[in-house]
Amino acid sequence: MRLLTGNDLKTGAVTWWTGSDWSIHVEDAVDVTGSEDEIARSEEAARRVNVPYAVDAELHEGSPRPSHIKERVRAIGPTVRPDLTLKPADPEIGNWVI
Amino acid sequence: MYEYDQYDQAMVDARVEEFRDQARRRLEGKLTEDQFKPLRLMNGLYLQLHAYMLRVAVPYGTLDSRQMHALADIADKYDRGYGHFTTRQNIQYNWIKLEDAADILADLAKVEMHAIQTSGNCIRNISSDHFAGAAADELVDPRPYAELLRQWSSFHPEFSYLPRKFKIAVIASETDRAAMRLHDIGINIVTNEAGELGAAFYVGGGMGRTPMIAPCINPFVPLDRLVTYAEACLRVYNRYGRRDNKYKARIKILVHELGAEEYTRQVEEEFVHLLDQGVEPPLAELERIKGYFEDPAFDTGANARIDRSDPDFAVWVDRNTVEHKEPGYVSAVISLKPVGGIPGDATAEQMRLMADLAKDYSFDELRVMHTQNIVLPHVRKADLHALWAALDEAGLGSPNLDTVEDIIACPGLDYCSLANARSIPIAQRIAERFAANGKTGTLGELKLKISGCINACGHHHAGHIGILGVDRKGVENYQLLLGGSEAEDVSLAKITGPGFDENGIVDAVETVTTVYENERQDGERFVDTYRRIGMNPFKEALYG
Amino acid sequence: MAETLRYRDDEPVDHPAVTVDSFLDQSNASAVRIEPGDDARALVPHLERLALIEVNFPAFGDGRGYSSARILREAGYEGELRAVGDVLVDQLAYMRRCGFDAFEPDKQFDRDDVTAALERWPGVYQQAADDRTPIWSKRHA
Ligand code: HEM
Ligand code: SF4
Repeated sequence: MRLLTGNDLKTGAVTWWTGSDWSIHVEDAVDVTGSEDEIARSEEAARRVNVPYAVDAELHEGSPRPSHIKERVRAIGPTVRPDLTLKPADPEIGNWVI
Repeated sequence: MYEYDQYDQAMVDARVEEFRDQARRRLEGKLTEDQFKPLRLMNGLYLQLHAYMLRVAVPYGTLDSRQMHALADIADKYDRGYGHFTTRQNIQYNWIKLEDAADILADLAKVEMHAIQTSGNCIRNISSDHFAGAAADELVDPRPYAELLRQWSSFHPEFSYLPRKFKIAVIASETDRAAMRLHDIGINIVTNEAGELGAAFYVGGGMGRTPMIAPCINPFVPLDRLVTYAEACLRVYNRYGRRDNKYKARIKILVHELGAEEYTRQVEEEFVHLLDQGVEPPLAELERIKGYFEDPAFDTGANARIDRSDPDFAVWVDRNTVEHKEPGYVSAVISLKPVGGIPGDATAEQMRLMADLAKDYSFDELRVMHTQNIVLPHVRKADLHALWAALDEAGLGSPNLDTVEDIIACPGLDYCSLANARSIPIAQRIAERFAANGKTGTLGELKLKISGCINACGHHHAGHIGILGVDRKGVENYQLLLGGSEAEDVSLAKITGPGFDENGIVDAVETVTTVYENERQDGERFVDTYRRIGMNPFKEALYG
Repeated sequence: MAETLRYRDDEPVDHPAVTVDSFLDQSNASAVRIEPGDDARALVPHLERLALIEVNFPAFGDGRGYSSARILREAGYEGELRAVGDVLVDQLAYMRRCGFDAFEPDKQFDRDDVTAALERWPGVYQQAADDRTPIWSKRHA
């Protein structure tokens, strides 16, 4: 599957396209195969996202997991500061990222 | 320390308002990201893996405690309570919002700081010797020259859209503590036979994917020609540096492709032309700036003996303090490399403590080292124990300057969008390994530097041991390099062979240090042994 | 095409600029266009007969035209020096300092943005091709 991601223009936060909006949680992302360019163009023009691009992903326990490690680090946060990630209380999150 | 006058302050204030206006136009859609990007970069604002990142300039690494307090306040107010000190003596914040950026710049301007030209294809923050004004071996304090060049390079109308970034370092001693020859321009303040001061220009050094050591193109530029000469160097680069390929756009490639001689010839020609153009500030301006860098009121009668009866303290004194030009003083290094910690990171609380200690013990001055540590440049020996006790209590007392634990690491894949692999966890595992096996002390001076990709922000080419993160089919992999140095014995490290995974690279570092321990002769550092015996014994031990 | 912004009082040249090569080969043209890779110094012997030099910026990030402009002014050129192409309003102040006195951007500037850009800087740190006095000179006046 393909996910559409980018950063929020104002805050810089990593965001994922949910089919109707942008979410900071990769779990909310939907497959955009085929329509990525079109959504990227219109969302960027509306300044709801900055520099959007599509990435490959697979389903993992029912949720999308980006194929490349860089996108997984982006999705969660720095591996060296678990306290600053989106899942500070999840002891297994390191295994999801790496 | 340099202080802004009304002119400097007005320029920095104008820049804040300019950026506020640019950010507004971006948010309103009047500027595209392509148009805005170079503008925000010239104000130090990147878009990184998790958010915007702001790089704040610390010109020639010098700060006072008021400024360090302001950096701490920014970390708390706009970021997540910490900052990252970098190899170019700056500080980076990792979680900045575009909406806040102009306010942060305004807060910085209140304490005579800025983020001007900390990124982008322009002349960057000018770095210098972190022991400037304190070192026993310096000819003069190099910082006034760096400040003169800082002003000249700020908002330079001709050189703000160069082929690529441009980094300048200024030193004034034989010992090179600023990686001078790995800069686009390295300047060493020297004397000629008549005893006059002048500047030796080294041009075309750099790291990145094609590391090069800068050749000396002019051994003596008189001080009243310094700016004119720099202008000539830049003009030749701006006109003829490559713009067809961003990986070949640094000045090192131009100097290499033309040859140092031909580049020098062109510079000299431009220089002669520019001598008539009135670009050089009068020497009185240099003298004015020098006035700000006069020695503080040292207590010349201060006791030059240190009470070493406390053994932990004595270890810290041996490792983390450096000889000062005044016998009653030392420069004390605050390690930002606690074992298992993130190299170069400091919390707002730690910044405040360092600021307060600088006020109490170091004439209100701090320095950022390119090795990502902090220096209190002028500490009375009699005050050292009290200083150490306060640092130790705050987790800032690691006695590991220039040891295998004192690792330079770039942000790597934990923060950086260009990264191939993580750098920080490798640094953490290596420091933990050597702290556990107790060899940190016995290995002596060992400079280990890690970059998460070929851009070499972590100076891996210049490490006695260097580590480079690469992407092997989507998996992090690490190449090992040996034999680099960025000091006066400058050399470029060589790759040992096939790379390693995360555990493998930690073992590999241990393996090469064991070869060193077995082979070393009296007084040899790791890099000396490597230079004497060559790569083969290390290769055999690694891949044998 | 956006209108040309001019900071001169004389009549604009009304014929099109020729390339540097054809200017040097032929001609009695009084208007020439410099591309980023052209050597501005090639024009220096002929400045007398030039009334307009256009400096093209195919991409705003290519800064060679800034050097071309200053070199021409340093050589005494007093005719119109016009920046054309991908010229952005945030570059105006620096371009004025390098000696440009006319602008023909691909995309029209907003008037308020132009005013803001040109009135922005209270001082300058360098001697350049304009008549502004560097801060270092004011300090030691
Ligand atoms: C996290 C965001 C960063 C990005 C996107 C970034 C980007 C880059 C790039 C693209 C280069 C190569 C330039 C070239 O060769 O043309 C480079 C070089 C460099 N960067 Fe960074 N960097 C970052 C952080 C840092 C940090 C944290 C430091 C200091 C610890 C640093 C210090 C340097 C140095 C010293 C070089 C080598 C200069 C040279 O090639 O001569 N950078 N950086
Ligand atoms: S070396 Fe690469 S990974 Fe590390 S900070 Fe620089 S660009 Fe990022």
